Amino acid sequence: MAESKPRPKIKKEAVKMPKQEPKARGRNFNEVALGYTEQQALEEASRCLQCPKPQCVAGCPVGICIPDFVKLLKEGKYAEAAEKIKERNALPAICGRVCPQEEQCQKFCIMGKVGEPVSIGRLERFVADWERSRGVKIPKKTKPTGRKVAVVGAGPAGLTVAAELAKLGHSVIIFEALHLPGGVLVYGIPEFRLPKSIVRAEVDYIEKLGVELKPGYLIGRIYTIPEMLKSQFDAVFIGTGAGLPAFMGVPGENLGGIYSANEFLIRVNLMKSYAFPIYDTPIRIGKHVVVIGGGNVAMDSARSALRLGAEEVCIVYRRSREEMPARQEEIENAEEEGIMCKFLANPLRFIGDEKGWVKAMECICMELGPPDESGRRRPIPVKGSEFVMDTDTVIVATGRTPNPIIQSTTEGLAVTKWGTIVTDENGKTSIEGVYAGGDIVTGEATVISAMGAGKKAAKAIHEYLTKK
Amino acid sequence: MYRIVTKKELAPKIKFFEVHASEMAEKAKPGQFIILIIDEKGERIPLNIAGYDSAKGTVTFVFNEVGKTTQQLGLLKEGDCIWNITGPLGVPSEIKNFGNVLCVAGGVMIAPMLLQLKALREAGNKITTVMGARIEQLLFFEEEMKALSDKFYLATDDGSKGNKGLDFLKNILEREKFDRCITMGPVIMMKDVSEMTKPFKISTVVTLTPVMVDGMGMCGVCRVTVSGKMKFGCVDGPEFDGHCVDFDELISRQRMFLPEERLSSLVWEMRGGRACGGE
Repeated sequence: MAESKPRPKIKKEAVKMPKQEPKARGRNFNEVALGYTEQQALEEASRCLQCPKPQCVAGCPVGICIPDFVKLLKEGKYAEAAEKIKERNALPAICGRVCPQEEQCQKFCIMGKVGEPVSIGRLERFVADWERSRGVKIPKKTKPTGRKVAVVGAGPAGLTVAAELAKLGHSVIIFEALHLPGGVLVYGIPEFRLPKSIVRAEVDYIEKLGVELKPGYLIGRIYTIPEMLKSQFDAVFIGTGAGLPAFMGVPGENLGGIYSANEFLIRVNLMKSYAFPIYDTPIRIGKHVVVIGGGNVAMDSARSALRLGAEEVCIVYRRSREEMPARQEEIENAEEEGIMCKFLANPLRFIGDEKGWVKAMECICMELGPPDESGRRRPIPVKGSEFVMDTDTVIVATGRTPNPIIQSTTEGLAVTKWGTIVTDENGKTSIEGVYAGGDIVTGEATVISAMGAGKKAAKAIHEYLTKK
Repeated sequence: MYRIVTKKELAPKIKFFEVHASEMAEKAKPGQFIILIIDEKGERIPLNIAGYDSAKGTVTFVFNEVGKTTQQLGLLKEGDCIWNITGPLGVPSEIKNFGNVLCVAGGVMIAPMLLQLKALREAGNKITTVMGARIEQLLFFEEEMKALSDKFYLATDDGSKGNKGLDFLKNILEREKFDRCITMGPVIMMKDVSEMTKPFKISTVVTLTPVMVDGMGMCGVCRVTVSGKMKFGCVDGPEFDGHCVDFDELISRQRMFLPEERLSSLVWEMRGGRACGGE
């Protein structure tokens, strides 16, 4: 009998992500997380147990064969590892950075039961970055099917649908309303979390698959969905996202110095106003910035405000820390950088100066009651607890709602009372040949869930086009 | 990329551009606007559509060189390209036979008003036009506007041509009955016109030009208060009921980025701006 080899001891802790120092990064827009070195990636990959029945894959909305790519990485076959990921995910450098892995693949990792789960996202990022730095391989083109698909919106859902359908040989045109592709990846997520050059590179890859991109086309105005079906397209996918700002409806909200998070982030990210006046779009940031909300958008706004030179930035959230919908990692990053949080408070009104500029905000303290329909404890105002905070810049990050233009210009398209589009589990809408996915169907959610919806819809569109 | 086919100077600092944009030319309607961005470092600016020709595949717009972007735009020549133009945007004007229509246009907004006049005329309306500018030299399209109007009046702030100011409008309103008033121009002018038509209960349409970034409902910087409710200039407008708009709030919001706009112009000029572009 062969002597059994001693099992190498597996580290319980994950390899830490190298980051820019909090003090330095709070003053620049460079990426905060620096990415694993090759050595670190190999060390972290060696923690993967290569489970025969991997649970992580089930946690991935696009079903990446995680153990397979990690195995290839471990063997130093980085190009093959990238190819393995791209079988399921056309945007790995993006997902490796912005996916909430702790809620998905890593949540199910068996290593998580004895210590920290394998840092799948960081490994995905390493592989994608390695591939990008060496030139991305373009898969062979399939024979053209002669079918033509219009994709509305070049965000995570639309880009995924386009990539999948192009790989299957369909001709795809993406119509993007803004002047640059990427959707929330370019207008919403800041440079320091997701450099725009990476979005550009991943979009380039999709264009190289044969997808045509038309920026500056607001569908619903230039063409309607019925017009597109009647003219040249066999199917349409709607991935227009949740890009409308939600305001609170409290007095004084139209004073100067009050931005919706969308306006603030569009200026800073899409229009690069952090580089004003080299870039032409201005932004004004005061000394005392208040951000209202507790999600990732609030964190992104607060951290951007700090980088633009605010003296202090305070997040005001009506529930407590436990209920904050933002990713834990982002809350920690924000706190490390010196962002303050005021929990259990809600604005009542904004007070302006003689020039129509905000100078203060009146709030009321809240306490938590029993859980509401979202499962989180409902905040209830505490009578007589009003207080006033000085502020000269307010960013309202209390949510985003679905873009309504397509719904209002497409007769027969079933829509919910929240303005989202009704689909079956594969993205099929109430109109034949019209599919939808991402935030426009679910309401504001994550990049990866939109990509998952895009994958499903692409499969359904392919089946529809093949049968047609 | 959108190529400039024709460029004209209508008045000092007021430029007319005709650009090649065939798909837009098919779809554009009176009352709508475009958003353009000159180059990758540029800002997105909204401009009202002043005309379109689906046979030629062109769209026209007129702008006033007031800030860095419009000055830079004014330096472009025929044959040059604009990086991106998005449009048509906004809700088209309601065009039908209203009966007797009063049209009051001021400044650079005379250009989109000409497009309104054409459409209103075709719909069979009787048209009284009042057009004005700060001074005589800034008036343009006078003959074209006159040709489409049944009655025609001129006004300048300094009285250098036509009536001095818009006070004479009250007399017109007292003399004649109008079924609708359409006014396009500086906010303060549209505010004054709306106040004048209110006692006569003439439904008055104003075209608002608040600050915009995306122009498609995403950022909310163009929010205006209409009948006490929040509306977005870009997707709910640009046209609104002049008797319901909170003009003072709008004026204050339009001034929000003035210091930055001045800085941008200054930096541009210091770097050689106008001289660099050359004409």
